[in-house]
Amino acid sequence: MKRLLLLVLLPVTAAAADEGQFRLKEGAGRELVEANCATCHSLDYIQMNSPFLDKKGWEATLSKMVNAMGAPIAKEDVPMIVEYLNQHYGK
Amino acid sequence: MNRRNFLKGISGGLVLGSAGLAWPRMPLAMPVSMGPAALPTGTLEASLLDALPGKKPLIKRSFRPPNYETPVAYFNDLYTPNDAFFVRYHIANIPEVAAQTWKLRIGGEALQTPMELSLDDLARGFERVELAALCMCAGNRRGLFQPHVPGIEWGNGAMGNARWVGVRLRDVLNKAGVKKEAVEVVFDGADSGIAAYKTPDFVKSLPMWKALDENTLIAFEMNGAPLPHWNGFPARLIVPGWAATYWVKQLMSIDVVAKPFEGFWMKPAYRIPLGKFANVDRFITQETAVNTPITDMVVNSLITNIEEGQRFRPGQSVDVKGVAWDGGYGIRTVEVSLDEGQSWRPAMLGQDAGRFSWRQWSYRFKPARRGKMTVMAKASNRIGQTQTAELILNPAGYHHNLIQKATIQVG
Repeated sequence: MKRLLLLVLLPVTAAAADEGQFRLKEGAGRELVEANCATCHSLDYIQMNSPFLDKKGWEATLSKMVNAMGAPIAKEDVPMIVEYLNQHYGK
Repeated sequence: MNRRNFLKGISGGLVLGSAGLAWPRMPLAMPVSMGPAALPTGTLEASLLDALPGKKPLIKRSFRPPNYETPVAYFNDLYTPNDAFFVRYHIANIPEVAAQTWKLRIGGEALQTPMELSLDDLARGFERVELAALCMCAGNRRGLFQPHVPGIEWGNGAMGNARWVGVRLRDVLNKAGVKKEAVEVVFDGADSGIAAYKTPDFVKSLPMWKALDENTLIAFEMNGAPLPHWNGFPARLIVPGWAATYWVKQLMSIDVVAKPFEGFWMKPAYRIPLGKFANVDRFITQETAVNTPITDMVVNSLITNIEEGQRFRPGQSVDVKGVAWDGGYGIRTVEVSLDEGQSWRPAMLGQDAGRFSWRQWSYRFKPARRGKMTVMAKASNRIGQTQTAELILNPAGYHHNLIQKATIQVG
């Protein structure tokens, strides 16, 4: 088993990955999240920070992104983004 | 099964090691764990092995900005190879810097004579200094905090030990002349955010006393080679004993200022609550009533050659190896417990590469009986500080130095 895994793994580790292979979960609001968040960072940040934030936690994250990091997210889009994040990557 | 699922299948801390035989030499010939099972499940799912240009495959936590940690097996060596050294960026615009045209600008209102220095000016104009120092992200092990806190969810690998060569920052500043009203020195690297959105540029400052410390360097060599692009080529700041947030990469400017610097990455970022940690170094011009910038690293250790759940044959000797470090006072002891912390036995310390380097240690024992047992390791430093038995919570997840406990299976 060990030997088999070694053979399988070697070619894979040599390949380079890129952020395009990462997909967020299907659901209402996904495109909005992609369009807004991916301008500044790869979308794997979202899954990495899951599933431990509740709705308040995601709201706080959005607020940090807009107010501290300068994310150009329209105010009216924030609730739907939070809803998607909480539903698919929330606690 | 695609690559991510394959890696995911082995990511829960289960690694098919062969009792560490070829492990230290060929760390990546075998499946590499995506980190401790206690990391957020989303982190383990989103992580994979990936090689940035010029780098070995490392554990990718985020693609852009690139945040990649070093598999722990590399830490069985005293110095972490340049091509396996962790990568940490806050903002995504990271230009390639050409050594021939690079100029380091030295200025600020509290500096007498502004200067511009080429790489050659630095290397020829000042005394060459070499030192070994651990470079560790302030948030190393953030992913192990319970409850979890947002950020890059690092496991144990956002650190590396290297031999750095460069010149003393103080020699450069003294040549330019520091005015007496100077309070901080401000460092900016070549990386930048997306200008249109006013993402705060990654800029850091140091108090004068630390900037003028004889061990604070502008380094242009790492383990006998130029710095890798991802680790700050052509020159970066080395702030031994302090969290890597101050070790600004791809240095472009150094400004001596007369007022405390107020950028986002100094305040509110990289702060710890006042009074919670036993740090010694203070950054008084940045302190508020409730918090302070992170400064020196807390005393800590890591078992590097045992994977969680690893099996050993009955009667087989177990060699536990690891590293221990602190904020620059030096490691005095590392102790190991095999009985859940009731009794502790001293480990053997390896070569002393200087007080800013991590210290290797080892401990050999023969398990008395079959079954599960735990191995715990605890480091103490020369000023009497030791690792915590209870995690000290803080909003950003810094200074995780909980005594580590690894479970092994005998028989």
